[in-house]
Amino acid sequence: MGKASRASFGMALAEFGTDPRVVILDADLSKSTKSADFGNKFPDRFFNVGITEAGMIGTAAGLALCGKIPFCCSFACFVTGRYDQIRVSVGYTNANVRIVGTHAGVAIGEDGYSQQGLEDIATVRSLPNMTILQPADHLETVAAVKYLIQEHQGPVYLRLTRQNLNEVHSEGYTFQFGQADRLQEGSDLTIIATGGVVGSALYAAKALAEKGVQADVLNIHTIRPIDRESIVESAARTGRVVTVEDHSIVGGLGSAVAEVLSEEQPTRLLRIGMTEYGESGSPEDLYQKFGLNGPGVLAKIESWLEA
Amino acid sequence: MSSGNQNASCCSCHPTPDIDQLKELCRLMRIDIIKMLHKAGSGHPGGSLSAVEMIVALYFHHLRHNPKEPLWQDRDRFVLSKGHAVPVQYAALARAGYFDPALLDTLRTLGSPLQGHPDRLRCPGIEASTGALGQGLSIAVGMAMAAKLDQRDYRVFCMLGDGESQEGQVWESALNAPTFKLNNLCAILDWNLGQLDGLVADIQPIEPVAEKWAAFNWHVVEIDGNDIEQCLAALQEADRTTDRPTMIISRTIKGKGVSFMENDIPAWHGVAPNKDQTEAALQELQG
Ligand SMILES: Cc1ncc(C[n+]2csc(CCOP(=O)(O)OP(=O)(O)O)c2C)c(N)n1
Repeated sequence: MGKASRASFGMALAEFGTDPRVVILDADLSKSTKSADFGNKFPDRFFNVGITEAGMIGTAAGLALCGKIPFCCSFACFVTGRYDQIRVSVGYTNANVRIVGTHAGVAIGEDGYSQQGLEDIATVRSLPNMTILQPADHLETVAAVKYLIQEHQGPVYLRLTRQNLNEVHSEGYTFQFGQADRLQEGSDLTIIATGGVVGSALYAAKALAEKGVQADVLNIHTIRPIDRESIVESAARTGRVVTVEDHSIVGGLGSAVAEVLSEEQPTRLLRIGMTEYGESGSPEDLYQKFGLNGPGVLAKIESWLEA
Repeated sequence: MSSGNQNASCCSCHPTPDIDQLKELCRLMRIDIIKMLHKAGSGHPGGSLSAVEMIVALYFHHLRHNPKEPLWQDRDRFVLSKGHAVPVQYAALARAGYFDPALLDTLRTLGSPLQGHPDRLRCPGIEASTGALGQGLSIAVGMAMAAKLDQRDYRVFCMLGDGESQEGQVWESALNAPTFKLNNLCAILDWNLGQLDGLVADIQPIEPVAEKWAAFNWHVVEIDGNDIEQCLAALQEADRTTDRPTMIISRTIKGKGVSFMENDIPAWHGVAPNKDQTEAALQELQG
C-alpha cells in the first residue's frame, strides 16, 4: 500500500515550496491535510487562520492578486462549502488560488457524513475557469503539486484522500495536464475512474479480463477541463462506458462524462459513485455497503452488462 | 458498558438538585466516554470530557424534556454546535433513557444511530445535525425565534467550542440574537483552550471573550464549567435574564478527569485511547 495523497501533497509542498511565491493557509486542520509539513519547513510562509474557512478563501484571493501562489487547505467538504467566496473572490476574480480539499469521499469512514466531501467537485465544477485535479497515487500527486507551483495559472481545486492508495504508476511517470492516462487497453468496455477508487476500477478490469471482457481503463486526474477526445475515442470503440468515483454521481466525474458523451458520442453509461448522504462506519464497511471496493465495482458492472 | 437509568426526566421545577448524585453521574459519564471511544477506535475525548458537568447540569436538572417523548412540542431544545463532542451527549441521552445504553458500544460503526457526529434523523434526543463547526448557534437562534412566534415557553440552549467560535457565522448569530430579543436563548462556550492543531491562544486567539459577547449585547456569565454547582447557577441566571440572550463562558479543562489528557491538550483532541491508556484512564476515574 502506498501513501495517502494528502501525505504526498505535504511532501511535495515541502519540496517544491522553496519557490518564495508559495504561501500556505490552513484552517486548523494542518495536521490532517499535511500542510504542516510545509509549515515546519517554511514557517514564515505558513498561516494557520484557525477555523475560518470563508475568510481563508478570501485571504487567498488577496494574496494571489498580489503575486503570491496561495494554497488554502481544509477538508474537501468545508473548503468547498464556502462556495460564494469561491465563486466571486476566486472564480469570477480569476485569482490564481489553489483550493485544496483533503478527506475526500465516504472513504474517510467513522467521522461520518458531516466530514465527508461528497459534493465538492459538483459545486466548483460549475465555475467556468476552475481547474479540478484529483490524483490517484503518490507519483501523480507529487507531479500535480509541482505543476501547480511551476506552471499553472488560474483557479484550481485539488482533491485528495485521507486513506492510503495503491500505486497506479511506476517511476518515470510523466504528468500531462488535461490528459487521461490509459491504464489498460481493451475494446469491450470503457471504465473511467478518478482518485482513490482507480484501484477498484483496476481490480474490476482484471477480473473482467479473466472472464474474457477486455476493458479500456482511463484514469482521469484532470476532471476539468476534461479530456473529451480520449473519452469519445474510447467510447466509440467500446460502445459502453462506466464511471467510478468516491463522490456524488451528480455533478462529479459521472456527470462530466455524461455531458461529453451525450453531446459528442451518445453511449450507454453506468455511473458508479454515491447517490445518498454518507454515514459513519469503517472505510471497509462503507466501501462494501456502497459498492466502491474492487468486488463492489465488479458486481455493479457485471449486473449492468447482463441487463 | 456500565448502564443504569439513573433518572427519567428532570427539570428546573426541582428546586434542590442532589449535588452528590450529579457529581457521581459526571464520573460515570466520563467512564462511558472513555469506554465508548476506545471501543470505537476513533473520536474526540478532550472536548467531550471538558463538557461533562454542563451536559449533566442540563440533562439531569435544568432541561425540561421527556426521554420517552423526544419530540414533545414544549421541550427545551439543546443544540451541540461542537458536534464532534457528541460522545458526552450520547452518554447523557443513554443514562436519561432516550435509548438502550448498550448502544454506546456501537458508536461510529456501520448502521449505528450513534454517528461520529450528531444526526437528528438517526438518534432520538438529537435536535440538529451538526459536525460542520459554526452552524449550531444559527439553528438555535431559529428555534428561539420559532418559540416566540408560536408563543411557546420552551428555552433553547447551544454549546459552542472556543476554536469553533473563530467561525464568522458564530458572530452573525451573535448579532442576530439580541436584535430579535431572544431572551429564551442561552449559549454556552466550552472554553477549554484547545482546538485541533493546538492551543487557541497560539493559533487564532479569541480573547477577550467575555468582552466580545458583552459588546454584542449578550448577558455574559463567567464560571468554572467543571464545577456542577456553578453550571446550575449560571443556567438559572440565564432563566432570570429577561431582556437579552445569555452567554455562559464556561472555563473548562480539555480532557478533564484523565490526567494524561489534561496534561497534553493538543494530543487528545481527536485520538481515541488505546488499551493501556484506557486502563489508566479508567483506573483514575474509578479511583
Ligand atoms: C467547519 C469545520 N471546520 C473544521 C472542522 C474540523 N474540526 C473538528 S473539531 C475542530 C477543533 C474544534 O475546536 P473547539 O471548537 O475548541 O472544540 P473542543 O476543543 O471543545 O473539542 C476542528 C477544526 C469542522 N468539524 N468543521
